[in-house]
Formats: sequence, structure tokens, C-alpha cells
Amino acid sequence: MATLTYRDALNQALREEMQRDPDVFLIGEEVGVYQGAYKVSRGLLEEFGPTRVVDTPIAELGYAGIGVGAAMAGLRPVVEFMTWNFAVLALDQIVNSAAKMLYESGGQIPVPIVFRGPNGAALQLAAQHSQAWESWLAHIPGLKVVAPATPADAKGLLKSAIRDNNPVIVLEGEMLYNLKGDVPEGEHVVPLGRADVKRPGRDVTIVCHSKTVSVALKAAEQLAEHEGVSAEVLDLRSLRPLDEAAILESVARTNRAVVVEEGWPHCGIGAQVVDVIQRDAFDQLDAPVLRVTQADVPMPYNKQLERLAKPSVERVVAAARRTLYLD
Amino acid sequence: MATATAQPANKTASSDVERRMLRQMLLIRHFEEKAAEAYALGKIGGFCHLYIGQEAVAVGSLAALRDDDYVISSYREHGQALVRGVSPNAVMAELFGKATGCSKGKGGSMHLFDAEKRFMGGHGIVGGHIPLAAGIGFAIRYRGGDQVCLCYFGEAAVNIGAFHEALNMASVYKLPVIFCCENNRYGMGTAFERVAAVTDVVEHACSYDMAAELVDGMDALAVYNATRRAVERARKRGHPTLLEVRTYRYMGHSMSDPLHGVYRTKEEVEEQRKRDPISQLAMKLKEEGTLDQPGLDALDAEIRAEVEEAVRFADASPDPDPAELTTHVLAD
Repeated sequence: MATLTYRDALNQALREEMQRDPDVFLIGEEVGVYQGAYKVSRGLLEEFGPTRVVDTPIAELGYAGIGVGAAMAGLRPVVEFMTWNFAVLALDQIVNSAAKMLYESGGQIPVPIVFRGPNGAALQLAAQHSQAWESWLAHIPGLKVVAPATPADAKGLLKSAIRDNNPVIVLEGEMLYNLKGDVPEGEHVVPLGRADVKRPGRDVTIVCHSKTVSVALKAAEQLAEHEGVSAEVLDLRSLRPLDEAAILESVARTNRAVVVEEGWPHCGIGAQVVDVIQRDAFDQLDAPVLRVTQADVPMPYNKQLERLAKPSVERVVAAARRTLYLD
Repeated sequence: MATATAQPANKTASSDVERRMLRQMLLIRHFEEKAAEAYALGKIGGFCHLYIGQEAVAVGSLAALRDDDYVISSYREHGQALVRGVSPNAVMAELFGKATGCSKGKGGSMHLFDAEKRFMGGHGIVGGHIPLAAGIGFAIRYRGGDQVCLCYFGEAAVNIGAFHEALNMASVYKLPVIFCCENNRYGMGTAFERVAAVTDVVEHACSYDMAAELVDGMDALAVYNATRRAVERARKRGHPTLLEVRTYRYMGHSMSDPLHGVYRTKEEVEEQRKRDPISQLAMKLKEEGTLDQPGLDALDAEIRAEVEEAVRFADASPDPDPAELTTHVLAD
């Protein structure tokens, strides 16, 4: 077990998969000579050469389409977006081409491709550069969507995504790239579609993913310390397919749930999780399920306003207390 | 290296190739006429974009390809699928939405696929498939192959960003792609010159340092020879080409649209029909003495029977099983 940053764990996954399979290549803005806008692709150009580590113009729609076309012809592209904010320009290729090709061809043309890059807000990047797109992407049949929160999951999920025969969206966290954690060496694969209990607990389940996992863990610590409340932190890891069994299993034990996400509240991932719980765990609930999301506003630039907009430890603690009628 | 000049049509092609092209054009014409009938009878649903008038483009260009080359197209692709060798039965059954269709009834008119024939689909978003063609070209180059990818799109797609992004990258990466713009003059009901600052599509090649050629799309031989030159450039040197093939659609944009009216006159359509690609090639073969009227009549009858059989096959084929609703969403 080595201690790695989230960034280096992703780099290791890319390197190992490119060594394992000559059909895997990386394409995107600044991935080669510049070594990646966030250095996830550091050293890959040197090791694999410009045919397999491909710098592109700033043309998200175009190079996403090149990736999909290459996948149609049997390669396994990894398309890096500098951020998912820019990937909105490529949604036609992700939604209309990649996600639908297998179905509309009657099963003839699989599209084994990974679209990856940082998602969600960082610090003071303002409205256009601070968006969490998971509910848009997880809405689409034909896609798989994962959002790792730890270095180990980043490596294991990216490796699974590259080996999967479908288009897989990997949502990374810009604020997570420097996060350190233990990562199993070599063949470490995390299956798509499996949630993970990051902290076991008895009294309330905090459902979260990506950056909000660390928010939830801090909230659970505070709840334990100050309230004597035992909160379970359930990291979804995959948003499509969603591990409904894991959600229901946890809620069956805790009878309460808070769902946390970086996205906006309207039609968010949390709305989907709440739907699962109300449908299949109705009789086990002791309180309404609450949600903590970004405020329903474009992200402001001002530091104080930005802090107010983001899901915070305080808001998660407050929500958990409400489900326990501690207020 | 950009060239944007019309080259004289090389009028040579073996008579075998010419006869095959005539046969294929007749197949498209009669197939599309039957599709129009079936649409009127409610046997074909949704959108249905016919190729009548544009036959020379598909037959001329596809005659220049090998079986291991790739083809990708827009939603006006019945003719290209047929010429590529997807059986009329499988194409008609797909239009009818039947389980025996080339996309198992899940794609319909706009999404014909045949992986075995390397027919990589009809695609329904204007210009959306042009980057896919570049991607297929990328895969060919990646593997060091000498195949090419032939990509069809209409002139209206030239105003979409995807066209420009794809052409730029195809040129930068030196991808073996032939971008075949079928300029039929109208994007639905909007004349190209009303919405395009540059109306000679070939001129766009200059922006991307790409070879280009302007081609008479009512002349199958001219299309064949221009495509051969482009294929050679792609196969031997890995260079892309932009072909602007000037053609004309006799029918409305789709089956639910008028043939003429607010956006073009009846007289214009009639004038264009005088240069019909099928009549022109039949006349040439007759003049050369390689085909006589009884021969043409026999060929025509044979093809009509083939199309009748396709309709009969599609009619008799079953709908997809209800269980097919949820298959092919994800691959194993």
C-alpha cells in the first residue's frame, strides 16, 4: 500500500491501463507537452509518445467526437476535459453519439470510451467555472457515471471505466487532486455501480459522493463528538448505475438520511436518492429525508458568498440534527 | 496544399463500373419511390428523408471504396446504405421498424447501421457525425492501416461548428477522411446563399490547408473519379479531402415537407430534373452501345421486382419483441 495523491492515483491508473492495452489512448487539451492542466497526465507523453497522448485544439465538441469515432472503430479512448464546464460544448457527442450508438444500431456498435476531468467548484472561479454536472450526465441512459472521493477509488474506478465497454463519465474533483490516501499497488479495480461505507454508523445515513464525502466525514465527526450521534457516511462512488441496495441497506439500519451534493437542488442527484428511499424504505423512515446542496444560484465570485453557496459541514450537521429531532 | 478548383470530369470508367452504377441508381430511385408510398400508407413513421435526385453522389463515391473502408452519413442515408451493400430487405424493414431491419427496428430511417459493411450509421443531428468520421480516420491512422473513411453531409452542416472543428483536426492530424459535402442547395426550406457567407463550400478547405474539389453531382462518373483521387490521397498519404458535390433533391426535405412552394419554384425543380443523373448515364451507355432500350427495360423491371420483394419482406417481418425495449442500452 502506497500513499498517493488523488492526482497521482489517476496518473497511475492511466499509465497501467495504457501499458496493459495498446488500444487505450489519451486525448484532450494540454494532456501531452504541458503534462496536463492539473498534471494528471504527467510523464505519459514521454512514455507513450504523441500517437497515444494527443494534444488537441480548444475544440471540445470536435475532439470528443474524434474519441467517439475512434471508439466506434474499436479503440479505447480516454478523453480529458480541462473541466466539465467546457465539456458542455461536447454534450452533443456524449449524449447523442456516445450514449445512443449501441441502442440505435441494434447492438452493433459499442462505444468503449471514458470522458474524464474535474467537476464542481474549486475556489473563487465564479459562475461559469464552478458547476457540478452529475445530474445532467446521470440522467442519460447509455452512460455510466462515477465520481471518486479518494485516491484509491480514483485509481480503481478509472481502471474499471477504461475496461468497460460503454461510455463512462469520470467526474474528478479539482479540490481533490492534492488529497493523499492509501492506494493499493498494481491491479486495484473498483467495480462500477458499488457504493462504499466510508464511516459506519447507527443513527443517520449521510449519502454523498466526490468532494462532499470529506464534508460528510467532518460532519459525522462533529456529530459524534458534540451530539453523541453515530452517523454513517455512504459514498455513492457511482451515480449511474446507482447502488440502490447499499442505500436501502444503510437506511434500514439508521432509519434516517441526509443526502449531500455539490450540484443545485432542482432535479439533483439527491432527488433521485430520495426517490429510492421513499419508494423502497418508506416504512423504515423515522423522519423526512433532507438534502444539502449548493444554493440555487449561479456561483458567486466573492469568497464569503461562495462559502455560503457551497454545501458545508455546518449545514450537514444541522440537517442530521433535524432528522433526529434534536433542534 | 489547398486546391479549390473544379477539375474536368475524367470520363473514363470501365463499362462494368458504369453499368453497376446505373443499376445502383435505379435501385435507390425505385426504393425511395416505394418508401414514399409506404410512408403515405403509414407503414413508415417519423421522419423519412429521401435521396431522389442525389443518387449519383452515393453510387459514384462508393464505387471508389474498398470493402474494408468505412462509411458514415447523415439522416439522408438510405441510398448510401443500399449502395454499400446493406440489403434492400434489411433497409426497408428498418424503415418499417421491424426486427429484421439493419438496426433491428431500433434506429429507423435516420439510423441505418451495418457494422459488417462498415456502414457506421446514419446520424440525426446535423453535422454531429463529421467529428465521428475524423475519429474513425484517427483509429485507422493509429493502427497504421490504409483504409479511408468516407463521410457524407449536406451543405447546411457547413454552418455548424462541428464541421470546422473536425476539418481542422483532420488536417492537423493528417487523417484519411473524405469529407463529401452533398450540396443540394437547401437546408430544409432555407437556400444556402441566404444563410452562408461563403457559398462555395470548397473554399472552406483553404482555412484548413486541405485538398478540395468541386464536383458535378448529377454525373456519377465525375463523382467516381473525384472520389478516386481523394481516396488515393487518403490511402497513400493519409491526407483528408473536402469534396463539394453539387446535386439536387427532387423531393421535400422530409416526407412531411412540400416539394416546392415558398422556398423554391416548381419550375426550378423541373429544370433540375432535366439533368437527371440516371437518364444521363443511361443515355451515355446507350450512345456507347453498351446498353439498349430493351436491356434498360429489363434492368428496370428486375430492380422494381427487387424493391417489391423488400416491401413484401418488411411487411411480413415481425415487430421487435417487447423485451427488446431494454436490450442494447449498455454493452456487456
